Amino acid sequence: MTAALRTQGLSRSFGALKAVREVSFTLEPGARHALIGPNGAGKTTFVNLLTGALPPSSGAVYLGADEITGLAQHERVKRGMTRTFQITTLFPGLTVLESVVLAIFERKGIAASLQTRVANRTAEIHEAIHIIRELRLERDAGSVTRSLPYGKQRLVEIAVALATRPRILLLDEPAAGIPAAESGEVFGVIAALPREVSVLFIEHDMDLVFRFAERITVLAQGSILAEGTPQEIGADPRVREVYLGDEAARG
Amino acid sequence: MSVAFSLPDARWRAAEIAFWIATGLVFFVFPSHLVLASQVLITGLFAVSLDLVLGYAGIVSLGHAAMFGTGAYVAGILARNGWGEPLSGLFAAGLAAAAVAFVTSFLALRGEDLTRLMVTLGISLLLYEAANQAGVWTGGVDGLSDMQVRDLFGVFPFDIRGRTAYLYTLAVVFLVFCAARRVVHSPFGLSLRGIRESPRRMAAIGSPVQRRLVVVYTLAGAMAGIAGALLAQTTQFVGLEVLGFSRSADLLIMLVLGGAGWLYGGLVGAALFLVAQSLLSRLNPVYWEFWLGLLIVLVVLLARGGINGALTRVSARLGLARRQA
Ligand SMILES: Nc1ncnc2c1ncn2[C@@H]1O[C@H](COP(=O)(O)OP(=O)(O)OP(=O)(O)O)[C@@H](O)[C@H]1O
Ligand SMILES: [Mg+2]
Repeated sequence: MTAALRTQGLSRSFGALKAVREVSFTLEPGARHALIGPNGAGKTTFVNLLTGALPPSSGAVYLGADEITGLAQHERVKRGMTRTFQITTLFPGLTVLESVVLAIFERKGIAASLQTRVANRTAEIHEAIHIIRELRLERDAGSVTRSLPYGKQRLVEIAVALATRPRILLLDEPAAGIPAAESGEVFGVIAALPREVSVLFIEHDMDLVFRFAERITVLAQGSILAEGTPQEIGADPRVREVYLGDEAARG
Repeated sequence: MSVAFSLPDARWRAAEIAFWIATGLVFFVFPSHLVLASQVLITGLFAVSLDLVLGYAGIVSLGHAAMFGTGAYVAGILARNGWGEPLSGLFAAGLAAAAVAFVTSFLALRGEDLTRLMVTLGISLLLYEAANQAGVWTGGVDGLSDMQVRDLFGVFPFDIRGRTAYLYTLAVVFLVFCAARRVVHSPFGLSLRGIRESPRRMAAIGSPVQRRLVVVYTLAGAMAGIAGALLAQTTQFVGLEVLGFSRSADLLIMLVLGGAGWLYGGLVGAALFLVAQSLLSRLNPVYWEFWLGLLIVLVVLLARGGINGALTRVSARLGLARRQA
């Protein structure tokens, strides 16, 4: 079976800093794959290379059988790959409903239309409401995004991403900054996604990682340090070294 | 469906209808001020065009006069060279200005705000100097006069009191405004607001951001060109100042005064600015800019969002008071 998403020797430098080096990575169809690693390991940079937000210094990205290394960001979204942001990146002045409807318009290719009026697009509005309900945001649908509490905004990130109907979803610390009690809720939504959607998520909380991931890749200083099932990664002394420091690994 | 699920619809509100009826009443109530009233409408249309670009799409510009001036000169040059029919002149001017906007958009839309301010400013200065040099066509510093604008529909001559000019201007401004209003309420309009709020997020939901910006810049260019052509046709004169820096800068001031991002801000701001200018300069022809400056500072500092922001806050407070009562 072809991989949903694959990279070959993907690298990116910022000046002298090699933020991502020679990463060859595979995301299987239907995956629930976690990307972990200490701060500054290059996880977000790697996602930016996958989505085309940054051009790689070298290497290639494949979506299914097609190479997409040179493809513009919005074209990759059109092909079914969507991401969320570690640092909330929404439409602060739009309402939640407007934001989700806008993403649906883009997906359906009617966002450049001058022929119709937004308020008359009942099919898209209904679909948006459906997504908003799934994330239990219905009471905030009419609220301007910037007025929502931070935790709700993290859910809007996911709602907007889902509205693009991705086949591949890249989640950069979806629960970042949310109290632990609520972060389970965010991951509950992710776990409930249909298997047609392949998911790669970045997460620092090891409980969440081991609860939701079926496969784990560990990134350290830009390179892949280890990859395997949660059991394999949990037992890998190199991973424990990176996370817990040398002494814990020895002790 | 509950209230939270509705989107702002495109129906004409009572206040909007009242606004346009009032612009019609000006014709009867201020028959001796129709020249100023036409200027307000024309400049207002020009500001509405900037509102699409700045208020909706978030593109800052200090060179919007480039398109206004192009429209004015095209209409002027046509009318001087035997093409005096006003409506087709207006159309040609809109097309030419759209072409200028389209071509320059690839420079003007690069980079961040400061870059855009400088590039748009630079483009308008280039055109200004070009018009200055092309004196054979434009009349250079003396301006372009001896235009022969024909009767509207072959029936209504442009009279000295500006009656035809006002009604013609009002009709054109209203129609173009309706088009802009349609743009704003369309999915395209929503995507412009999305770009203003976050270009990064727009790209991440699959939007070709740059392409959208080129489209709105070109559309707004056509509108600005039509406004310029209206000025040329109704005053039968085009001076270099149609491309001048202060035209772009004043425009920005008007839009901020009226409030960007709600279409009427341009019209309200232009009315406020030009009427204030007219009154203040009569009071004191030398120092009126002092009062204008003070007005700007006060509005920007005290009434965030311009007149619209102030009105919204006042009506919200009144609404609150009513509910508590
Ligand atoms: N645009 C940039 N310019 C320069 N350096 C950058 C840029 N983006 C990231 N870096 C650097 O690249 C390295 C990797 O950063 P990245 O954000 O990918 O790490 P991360 O694994 O996502 O970390 P965290 O867990 O803190 O989110 C860091 O040293 C960072 O400072
Ligand atoms: Mg990161």
